[in-house]
Amino acid sequence: MHEYSIVQSLLNQCEEIAMKNDAKKVVKVVTKIGAMSGVEPHLLEVAFNTFKEGTICDSAEFIINKQKLKLECKECGGIFEVDEVRYFCIKCQSLKVKVVDGEDMYLMRLEME
Amino acid sequence: MCVDCGCSIRGIEEHTGEHSHDGGKTFHSHEHQKAHEHLHHNPQLNDAKTVSVIQKILDKNDHEADHNREHLQEKGVLGINLMSSPGAGKTTLLEHLGDVANFKFGVIEGDLETERDADRLRAKGIHAQQIQTGTACHLDAFMVHKGLHHMPLDDIDVCFVENVGNLVCPASYDVGTHLNIVLVSVPEGEDKIAKYPVMFRQADLILITKTDLLPYFQYDIEAEKAEARKIKPNVDILEVNVNDVQSVKAVAQWIEFKLKMRA
Ligand SMILES: Nc1nc2c(ncn2[C@@H]2O[C@H](COP(=O)(O)OP(=O)(O)O)[C@@H](O)[C@H]2O)c(=O)[nH]1
Ligand SMILES: [Mg+2]
Ligand SMILES: [Zn+2]
Ligand SMILES: [Zn+2]
Ligand SMILES: [Zn+2]
Ligand SMILES: [Zn+2]
Ligand SMILES: [Zn+2]
Ligand SMILES: [Zn+2]
Repeated sequence: MHEYSIVQSLLNQCEEIAMKNDAKKVVKVVTKIGAMSGVEPHLLEVAFNTFKEGTICDSAEFIINKQKLKLECKECGGIFEVDEVRYFCIKCQSLKVKVVDGEDMYLMRLEME
Repeated sequence: MCVDCGCSIRGIEEHTGEHSHDGGKTFHSHEHQKAHEHLHHNPQLNDAKTVSVIQKILDKNDHEADHNREHLQEKGVLGINLMSSPGAGKTTLLEHLGDVANFKFGVIEGDLETERDADRLRAKGIHAQQIQTGTACHLDAFMVHKGLHHMPLDDIDVCFVENVGNLVCPASYDVGTHLNIVLVSVPEGEDKIAKYPVMFRQADLILITKTDLLPYFQYDIEAEKAEARKIKPNVDILEVNVNDVQSVKAVAQWIEFKLKMRA
């Protein structure tokens, strides 16, 4: 359950940003979680709602935007999202694909008061 | 070791110098940390209380990982992260590598809180440093940094990190090594690679271990290799049976090749 450690990092980030902006509380936290980030969105949400208590995010709404794996084909130029985990082009089968999105987890936006 | 870098474990902004950020693809100085904030930290004009951030949630860990790589780089040491389920054969492989490798190596042992695995390695004359992980289900770059403090980096060519036995959590954390070796053993069954794609995606080398047990298990090894290459088309794969010294030598040769490629 590394979702708990990840939430700790996220809460620290929120705290730092809130301090820099002289905010008293965070009302909304928007994240982007890639399908191949190794994080289970539901577990992340549970962890966030457990650990936010007593922090600056105590009453914050937690939003997860799930990001599918997104690839760009170097051969045919296609950019596409895949449902199944596969790292080759869905159109021309080329293995020369670049990962555009979906492997990382990001804090995207904070709303504060 | 941090006497010269001045980092004293407390963080990432303290030292200067070039280091790579995403696994060696880009290089930047620690000015980057500030640039980061300037770039992405722009309060929107219509609502002063809403800020766009776009920061990796594990950014701090990633910076510490870069920092660990700098330490290794400085000493010309190749860092290798070993990951697998519990019991796939990480410690056993390291013991056998000790017999055949023509490079010197140390091990940061994070798999168990007890000294059991570290003692097994020491019995083989391998420098092993146990790190305290508490109940952690993965190692992070900060834990590995502490382990590096106790590694005789001047005397070794390769520093292995034996990660916590777990095919899920360690995959999300860059610990600051250069290469990932992921082990999967025949008795674990056929579906492991397809079930844990995030882990196998991280692999530079996949070792299918305990192949001496193939006659006793329903295990289509070629199908498993094909599955791995759907996830990572260019991944290297070797079969290992520790009773077959040639198979262990092949692992040593793969590492020797990687060492040579980092002159
Ligand atoms: N038959 C067989 N058993 C192995 C092999 N490699 C490791 N083992 C056994 O698997 C068990 C777990 O190995 P260990 O190295 O402790 O796994 P770790 O948890 O990944 O470090 C031990 O009993 C080893 O003897 C192998 O190639 N063949
Ligand atoms: Mg072990
Ligand atoms: Zn975990
Ligand atoms: Zn294509
Ligand atoms: Zn340091
Ligand atoms: Zn240090
Ligand atoms: Zn960064
Ligand atoms: Zn650094």
